[in-house]
Amino acid sequence: MTITEGVRSGTDDTGRADFVAGPWQDSINLRDFIQRNYTPYLGDSSFLAGATARTTGIWAKLSEMFPEERRKGVYDVDATTPSSITAHAPGYIDQANEVIVGLQTDAPLKRAIMPFGGWRMVATSLETYGYPVSPELEKIFTDYRKTHNTAVFDAYTPAVRRARNSHLITGLPDAYGRGRIIGDYRRVALYGVDALIAVKKNDRAELDMEPSTEDIIRAREENSEQIRALKELVQMAASYGSDISKPATTAREAVQWLYFAYLGAVKEQNGAAMSFGRNAAFLDTFIERELVAGTLTEEGAQELIDDLVIKLRIVRFLRTPEYDEIFAGDPTWVTESLAGIGEDGRPLVTKTTFRFLQTLYNIGAAPEPNLTVLWSDALPEGFKRFCAQVSIDTSAIQFESDEIIRAEMGDDAAIACCVSPMRVGKQMQFFGARVNAVKALLYSINGGKDEVSGKQVAPSTLPNAEEVLTYETVFPAYLETLEWLAETYVTALNCIHYMHDKYAYERLEMALHDKDIIRTLACGIAGLSVVADSLSAIKYATVRPVRDETGLVIDYTIEGEFPQFGNDDDRVDTIAVDVMERFMTMIRKHPTYRGAIHTQSILTITSNVVYGKATGNTPDGRRKGESFAPGANPMNGRDTHGMLASALSVAKLPYSEAQDGISLTNTVVPSGLGHTKDEQITSLVGLIDAFTSATGYHINVNVLNRDTLEDAMAHPENYPQLTIRVSGYAVNFVRLTREQQMDVISRTFHSH
Amino acid sequence: MPAVNLGLPSAGAAIALVDGSSVSSEQAELAELHHLEMEAIHNGSVASVHSWELVTAVDGPGTRMTLFLSGCLLRCQYCHNPDTWKMKDGLLTTLDDLVARVKRYKGVFDSTGGGLTISGGEPLMQPAFVTRLFEECHKLGVHTTLDTSGFLGKSASDTLLDNLDLVLLDVKSGIPETYKEVTGRDLAPTIAFGDRLSERNIPVWARFVLVPGLTDAVDNVDAVAEIVSRWPNVQRVEVLPFHQMGEDKWDRLNIPYPLHGSHPPDEALLVRVRAQFEARGLTVF
Repeated sequence: MTITEGVRSGTDDTGRADFVAGPWQDSINLRDFIQRNYTPYLGDSSFLAGATARTTGIWAKLSEMFPEERRKGVYDVDATTPSSITAHAPGYIDQANEVIVGLQTDAPLKRAIMPFGGWRMVATSLETYGYPVSPELEKIFTDYRKTHNTAVFDAYTPAVRRARNSHLITGLPDAYGRGRIIGDYRRVALYGVDALIAVKKNDRAELDMEPSTEDIIRAREENSEQIRALKELVQMAASYGSDISKPATTAREAVQWLYFAYLGAVKEQNGAAMSFGRNAAFLDTFIERELVAGTLTEEGAQELIDDLVIKLRIVRFLRTPEYDEIFAGDPTWVTESLAGIGEDGRPLVTKTTFRFLQTLYNIGAAPEPNLTVLWSDALPEGFKRFCAQVSIDTSAIQFESDEIIRAEMGDDAAIACCVSPMRVGKQMQFFGARVNAVKALLYSINGGKDEVSGKQVAPSTLPNAEEVLTYETVFPAYLETLEWLAETYVTALNCIHYMHDKYAYERLEMALHDKDIIRTLACGIAGLSVVADSLSAIKYATVRPVRDETGLVIDYTIEGEFPQFGNDDDRVDTIAVDVMERFMTMIRKHPTYRGAIHTQSILTITSNVVYGKATGNTPDGRRKGESFAPGANPMNGRDTHGMLASALSVAKLPYSEAQDGISLTNTVVPSGLGHTKDEQITSLVGLIDAFTSATGYHINVNVLNRDTLEDAMAHPENYPQLTIRVSGYAVNFVRLTREQQMDVISRTFHSH
Repeated sequence: MPAVNLGLPSAGAAIALVDGSSVSSEQAELAELHHLEMEAIHNGSVASVHSWELVTAVDGPGTRMTLFLSGCLLRCQYCHNPDTWKMKDGLLTTLDDLVARVKRYKGVFDSTGGGLTISGGEPLMQPAFVTRLFEECHKLGVHTTLDTSGFLGKSASDTLLDNLDLVLLDVKSGIPETYKEVTGRDLAPTIAFGDRLSERNIPVWARFVLVPGLTDAVDNVDAVAEIVSRWPNVQRVEVLPFHQMGEDKWDRLNIPYPLHGSHPPDEALLVRVRAQFEARGLTVF
């Protein structure tokens, strides 16, 4: 079967004859289908429907289970069945009433074990939560089947190990799934799995004609794995009574097929970010068709999305306490990218875009799915106002610049995780966590020695011997340390992704990608604002190092004032820009596994807390152990010129040198946006417009009072759904550790 | 008396202030600055600036750059910025620098329907500068707002008012004796300035800080409401509940804080006071 025949076999279906024909029928081309068939919606939110009794009934059942999950850390675990697409029998919340079906295991909130990433993570997690560790599985995954985790450590260099142990590089995906890959789950709904397999077989025929080099052999093996995964996906759906080998013909089927495809991915991979893609406009084509035909009501349409979102909210993975430290609050990053503007100027806003946001009212606020609005000032006013309203009411959504993303990757890109944009089905990333740029600065002052342990970690250089630190001495030494760090970092990431492909390949997610894809190597920096402020202090104030008896610099005294990042002050903001640009240039010097394109992010997730914990006193006056600011944020309390001035400093960081995204999280008290709700909405729309117009890339907005959070710490039972954005994702506030909660509370609350 | 007459209106007789000093006029304040600096402030090419901030939903519509000028002749007991009282404590900043910053935020103002607000301190201590900066704003198409007590309203020239889009007018009390107790100054100049704004139909948001035990007397609030309601150009009244967030600034400046131990108004009091304004058909927040 040729590609055309494969895809055509899907489109011959009579249930879909009224879709506008086009190139999407000849090859896999979701964008073309959407552009030809979607209906932009330019109105306001008044058409939306509330939750049906069926929806609220299902949510109520789950809500009864959440307190126990919160108390124990997990609700339940299947400790003996290594998960795969087909490993678990079908599971239901309330079979008679579910419109959309499918669970990761045979019961809601029951977590699965996924040992291919690493056995240690599985065993530690089971021990943590009091489940028996099967000796048989332990033998299999230590003696017989090598895991990703074991393999990576076979390849690491001593320098990588040192950097890792000293917290210079932390959170690497060497013991857990890398994630950050978005399968184009829409393909299953539009074409059916048979057609997708036919296309993959065609790809294979091409590969079989190539000489058998290492690359081609790997590609053939991956192709076989992909086809196997697609067949298992059909089997899994069949166990729920659905035949997804053929395309979806109704709105319900479209939602269900899409969800089955995603479910297959989260049954098999415990990735750090299992993002969902950009599905609203696609689903809307099916829904709108039935609304027009009169076979579906608004209540029915909303119910489909509500039920889908309920499923997305209960995606669960089994993780260790160390993982929770880096990624607090049990996140899964089921990111759904909404809205944006099409390349032809029509907004990609549909009624279903509104319906996704409406779930936050129908079933209450929640951190997942991570609803992400691709914002442009050209979006329809009614939609902008609804987004602002939802943001004010729930603090659950985030905003990213559609202008920047579209310019770079077109109008069918989605966010993976928090801020990483990628073309859906055409691009993936090799996730690389981040380096501690602050510690690197301290190393450069101490000749490569760790300021906490005194150990030599970076190559030995001349320690700084100045009585008063000078920029002219400190900055070149810092660059030297960063050069070494960049090389070590890329080495680590290459080892990780080589082994992840080999031992924990994401076969289903990659089956929902094109044959030839773009790969990025996503490096990252933590602590940029501390570095900028420290260098600014050295440049503009008088900073004297304090040395211990061994000569190690362990503290700094500061006299005089210095400009601080977050006040729209070029004197210090240019330092931040300079450091990130230089580090990106250094990263680019080192070849990557599989020819991945080098990128970096200024994003910390919640690792700003652990990074800070492991880092000594800094020249900006930050005390040892104190948290860094999250992402690209200015340090807490130092941004004294208002929320927007703070954001405008961050907006100066150029996206071209941080193509994996730049994250900013801001908290404003409700009265800080205006007296009335209407005024508040207008203010927030204006602020986001102003920020993105100034080339700001990403902003999390929390509209909250500090009192609310303090009360939630004291009485968590009263706030089961209190949601707060932390750093590119949202969490249930009451599920954060006390330390993380304190970090959130100590952040700047802008009062206007 | 200073050697150079700055041509500012005299603010009246010497008065003992809560910080223990006594000030006879704004000339006395300026006398502490260098002669050349005084000249520059006088012609408006330089201002003594406390700070600036980008703010939303306060100090006027949209997102605004609020410029806080240094220097004030009032000594309000509830002042939450006592660090802006003395002009000599500000940072001398050129008009050009501030115009450049306003230009930088033009996009922000356009997106949010905002603009520039000059506050203080008392901005009308430096009227020439305010006039020139507002003129520059209008050339750029930027909305202008003046946040003032009105006490120095006479020093606002017609040119200044020509370039003024909105006034946030503090009416700190309605009974002259209470006004004096609260601020150390007279009420009459504020009323006169309000009348002038009314004649010119310049929009006003009137503000009243509600301090239990100091400004909350029924007849005092009624008097404020009476004054405000005779100006048809008042678009809204903002009743600002007193808060204690300024106290640490007084402590840092070593000035005895007269409202130590005072409490913010409770909800019932706020409702009562807002109702007194609403009863006169005013829009109240």
